[in-house]
Amino acid sequence: KPVTVRDALNQALDEEMARDETVFLLGEEVAQYDGAYKVSRGLWKKYGDKRVIDTPITEAGFAGIAVGAAFAGLRPVCEFMTFNFSMQAIDHVINSAAKTFYMSAGAVPVPVVFRGPNGAAAGVAAQHSQCFGAWYSHCPGLKVLMPYSSEDAKGLLKAAIRDPDPVVFLEDEILYGVPFAMSDEALADDFVLPIGKAKVERAGQHVTLVCAGKATDTALQAANQLAGEGIECEVINLRSLRPLDFDTIAQSVAKTHHLVTVEQGWPQSGIGAEICARVMESPAFFELDAPAWRVSGADVPMPYARSLETLALPRPPDVAAAVRAVLANRGECFMHTPCLGEGTVVMWDSLPEWEHTH
Amino acid sequence: TKSEATFEIKPYKLHKLEQGPATSATLSSEDALKMYEKLAMLRRIETASGNLYKEKIIRGFCHLYSGQEAVAVGMRAAMRDVDSVITAYRCHGWTHLMGVSVLGVLSELTGRRTGCSRGKGGSMHLYGKNFYGGNGIVGAQAPLGAGIALAHKYRADGGVCFTLYGDGAANQGQLFEAYNMAKLWDLPCVFVCENNGYGMGTSVDRSSASTDYYSRGDYVPGIWVDGMDVIATREATRYAIDYCNSGKGPLVMEMETYRYSGHSMSDPGTSYRTRDEVQEVRQTRDPITSFKEKILSRELVTPDQLKEIDAQVRKEVDEATKQAKTEPEVGVEELTGDIYRNNLETLIRGLHPAAPLQHYEVAPRN
Repeated sequence: KPVTVRDALNQALDEEMARDETVFLLGEEVAQYDGAYKVSRGLWKKYGDKRVIDTPITEAGFAGIAVGAAFAGLRPVCEFMTFNFSMQAIDHVINSAAKTFYMSAGAVPVPVVFRGPNGAAAGVAAQHSQCFGAWYSHCPGLKVLMPYSSEDAKGLLKAAIRDPDPVVFLEDEILYGVPFAMSDEALADDFVLPIGKAKVERAGQHVTLVCAGKATDTALQAANQLAGEGIECEVINLRSLRPLDFDTIAQSVAKTHHLVTVEQGWPQSGIGAEICARVMESPAFFELDAPAWRVSGADVPMPYARSLETLALPRPPDVAAAVRAVLANRGECFMHTPCLGEGTVVMWDSLPEWEHTH
Repeated sequence: TKSEATFEIKPYKLHKLEQGPATSATLSSEDALKMYEKLAMLRRIETASGNLYKEKIIRGFCHLYSGQEAVAVGMRAAMRDVDSVITAYRCHGWTHLMGVSVLGVLSELTGRRTGCSRGKGGSMHLYGKNFYGGNGIVGAQAPLGAGIALAHKYRADGGVCFTLYGDGAANQGQLFEAYNMAKLWDLPCVFVCENNGYGMGTSVDRSSASTDYYSRGDYVPGIWVDGMDVIATREATRYAIDYCNSGKGPLVMEMETYRYSGHSMSDPGTSYRTRDEVQEVRQTRDPITSFKEKILSRELVTPDQLKEIDAQVRKEVDEATKQAKTEPEVGVEELTGDIYRNNLETLIRGLHPAAPLQHYEVAPRN
């Protein structure tokens, strides 16, 4: 049965609020407006002012209130209208939520969920289009989830709410309206996914694609395209960025001997960088027949103009081209430093043909 | 001795309140002895902390509360078991008042296994029952406290959260965010500004366009309290509990007080104020000396009783200090203890790939 990611998230919230009286939702426009992105639609009507709380526009304040309520034993779900605004409150996510259990030697658990849309939206420019996966997954004490499908969204959000530790739950605005088939099992109200386990979305023997969230869609499309050329990709949807299910990645690499990571965030110190580093440090390195590549967002603030925005995010042809390059072991063609002069991007001409497909 | 006596309290200043706390209060001799004991204990703990720091046994930061004891002791005397507290990093005294033993406090400062955070929190991160720190980030405790108050209201347990911050934190934006939501939702939160005159080395006049901190909640009513008078702080706190419990929402209390030491141990506290200023407060407004004079002159207690308390306090703190020096630190395996309540990482990464660590559950899980 097809269910949108939005409805799956809504189901998860509804079921967990029904199950546990201490679960409540707070954030901007979550109640009477039904949620800026309608994820909390109908919940205020059902659960009332006490459990679905509209806050003023005041991220540091309400994130702190959520964490304080979690200190005192409630299970707040704190919605950021987008994760971009969580930077106003990042002190509470990290200093107040992630570290308190450790600093208190286990005396003060912090069962809070921070959730909301993350990553690139469409046409909203640099301040509203950014992925925080790498930022938050950097921090011990946090668990960081990034669902892709409706099943992911429901099963992982329920797990996040039940979890006794602070969880950062990174949704994707672009995926909210996308329907995914959901099994009867996933539709049942006791469906919970384990945190820290990746899902192999597609099996293949030639190359491993590791991705999460919206990038999973990009990778799957690329895999479809490549299948027509006889290249079978194994697509691993991480689901969880922290803990990171490296075992599943390593097992796949042992089979395919090739690795490409796909993410929307910036390349430096990103999720792909972390995965590559873990490969380098493990026996999985010896399984590789070619250098691993990262496909990521371009290393630029997100531009507004449509043509530029398109160039800033990975698309299926970019992934497909990276896969072909890795399979052909052509890494060397990028090893030189591009030279920029007189406003002309000289590098452009020296790129292989696939780059021109933008 | 007499069984009780009534004391006049320096008038409160009120902001958007018709009526303030009672301006006279009765104290029993029993209460007087208890309060004196707590005041003396907090002072002694800080003296010991200062010495341990000078001996380089306490590391890092160490912020002493000496001079401000009447705020915490008076407040605690009025609080009920259901109430909760969150404060900033000048938290050693509060931690003890909230039920952590002297050893639990001092050995946390020395980083030993008997510390209330097993030596993993250090001087700024102490916790206890209904006591949520000890927060090292100036101003962060304000919304956290409002959140704890939200939990009181959510559960309808009748508790009030006392959220303490300094005059330095009083200019943090998130404090005003917390005021706003606390008032909007009538949270049982008492925002307590401990105005000790200085945010690090910046005097209140140099940091705040308005130094009437009790009025800076604007639409949140406020009370100015003589924070050097333990009877005043107790009465004000009783009033605050009644106020919040009647469903009127939050209250701001400014406790005007003074700190004798520098901001932290690395600050001699002499470049931005004169030694004479500190001396004058010590001689004329010291919260312990003045309370002692009051209860002695009204014959609530005898000098011998106080001497006995002094001796007991000294003994207890000395013993705890000794133990706080000799206890070992926790085992190295606790480096990875209690990072998560429910750990899901297979291994915790150490310094390099060949040094993986195991997550340990040290605190009991229930």
